[in-house]
Amino acid sequence: MKLGVRESIDKSIKLVVKTTGLLVIAILGGIFFMLLWNTIAFFLKIHPLDFITGTQWNPSGDPEVYGILPLLVSTCLVTLGAMVIAIPLGIGTAAYLSEYASMRVKSVLKPMIEMLAAVPSVAIGFLGIVVLGPGIADIIGLSNGLNAMNGAILLAVMALPTIITVTDDALHGVPGTYREASYGVGASKWQTLIKVTIPAAGPGIMAAVMLGVGRAIGETMTVLMATGNAAAFPKGFFHSVRTITATIAIEMGEVPYQTTHYYSLFAIAAVLFLITLGVNLTGEYFVNKFRKYHSA
Amino acid sequence: MMRKITPVIEWGTLLLSTGMVCFFMVVILWDLISKGAPSLSWEFVSTLPRAGMTKGGILPAIIGTVLLTMITALVSVPFGISCAIYLNEYATDNWLTRTIRASIRNLSGVPSIIYGLFGLALFVQGLQMGTSMLSAGFTLGLLSLPYVIITTEEALRRIPASTREAALAVGATQFESIRDVVMPTALPGILTGVVLTLSRAAGETAPILFTGVAFYINNPAGFLNQEFMALPYHLYMLSTQHQAIEQVRPLAYGTALVLIIVVFLLNLTAFYIRYKHSKND
Repeated sequence: MKLGVRESIDKSIKLVVKTTGLLVIAILGGIFFMLLWNTIAFFLKIHPLDFITGTQWNPSGDPEVYGILPLLVSTCLVTLGAMVIAIPLGIGTAAYLSEYASMRVKSVLKPMIEMLAAVPSVAIGFLGIVVLGPGIADIIGLSNGLNAMNGAILLAVMALPTIITVTDDALHGVPGTYREASYGVGASKWQTLIKVTIPAAGPGIMAAVMLGVGRAIGETMTVLMATGNAAAFPKGFFHSVRTITATIAIEMGEVPYQTTHYYSLFAIAAVLFLITLGVNLTGEYFVNKFRKYHSA
Repeated sequence: MMRKITPVIEWGTLLLSTGMVCFFMVVILWDLISKGAPSLSWEFVSTLPRAGMTKGGILPAIIGTVLLTMITALVSVPFGISCAIYLNEYATDNWLTRTIRASIRNLSGVPSIIYGLFGLALFVQGLQMGTSMLSAGFTLGLLSLPYVIITTEEALRRIPASTREAALAVGATQFESIRDVVMPTALPGILTGVVLTLSRAAGETAPILFTGVAFYINNPAGFLNQEFMALPYHLYMLSTQHQAIEQVRPLAYGTALVLIIVVFLLNLTAFYIRYKHSKND
């Protein structure tokens, strides 16, 4: 083949791959535009203030009420519960893996944690219905165990692999000299872990937590199956709640297109999008901080 | 006395949390396998559902999930690899590249249900593809795209610059160097990432809820422009929406086990590729 032909092939390939790069921006732009467009259509019918401060979500009532607070509080409640469980367990496990475990133990635990990450959310939700729900109902003495606690425990299980893996990486990123300096002044292994290694890995651990939070907030099937989905304002961990994601999943299948109810689901999706965006940007901030800190 | 006990307690705390994590995994596997295995039979994976889902098998759901995952791969793999090649091989560090990278990171954090809404708005309604396997496959393709790009770029980054320079030095154009030298070397790494991403896509439910999945279809699956059955959705419906939930519970367990087996097989394939590749290094 002539050099000129080969060079023009090279040029056109470059154009093709560049186009796919630009399409990625277009997809994110498309998602953003879709949410914005439908949210504006919704706000033309319902006042934004009523939406943000409303304590009742009842789109099929008379009159229709679209208050996001019960959904938002449900989402936060379940995520908070999940993090209270997952953060200590995740950091503890990562610390064990990175500071104490032998190579043999690691070679068993690491694939196991990867396997846990691979279990589909619908299977976790199923176990919430058949194992965890009845278990909670027995212990607390409720008629059924489909409540915020059930969802929180399941989400913790789902967030754990992410938190463990990223925290483990962060702990590994702490230079060995830090630990040696600590041992040198007479600190025990535990004191070194608590007072030196974990604080030094702090931003990395925060990034891990943020990734876990992002995963928990955006999770749909698990909470849809395990939390009972009562539309009332959430009363606590042992009551049924209905998150933003579950509301979209339940109601989108039934609404007619282009109605206020239809638009309202995009509006709550926009709120969800903004929350996860904020969580991810915070995580990214900590990742950069961790990198800068240890490259300096 | 205290000096001897304290380290045990401290170490015990870490061991306890690790033990809890293992306990979760064991409970999940034990429950699904012990209660799902009795439902598994050749008939269960090779026949259509009968008698209002209370009897028969899940063949259409298996076919649906396999075809859906193939469409997902057809959309996300060429697109994702091409984008990764641009970022790692061609792009210079400018505002455009940084915007693309930021978009990819954000896309990977977008909740799956929002991809479902996007698929509904774009493919089902916008492009008039209706609720169909194509719409659902395209939606899952978009969802998988950022992961394919990220893992492919990682694999490309591991190829040393000297490999590319050697190809360029003997007169290859940049494309020829990528096609004949870089890609073959990076292939195992790319394959590992792709298979892991597809295993995640195969288990996804939320993005296909409004884009084409159905609880029951009476023709065997395989028509791209029609609604279809899929394993994750089948499990969801059997465990929450069926009118005789207790009666179909064994079927739900069987479906869950088949789903887990499909996902784990894909994962093991990925581990195997990675393991073989790491031995060759």
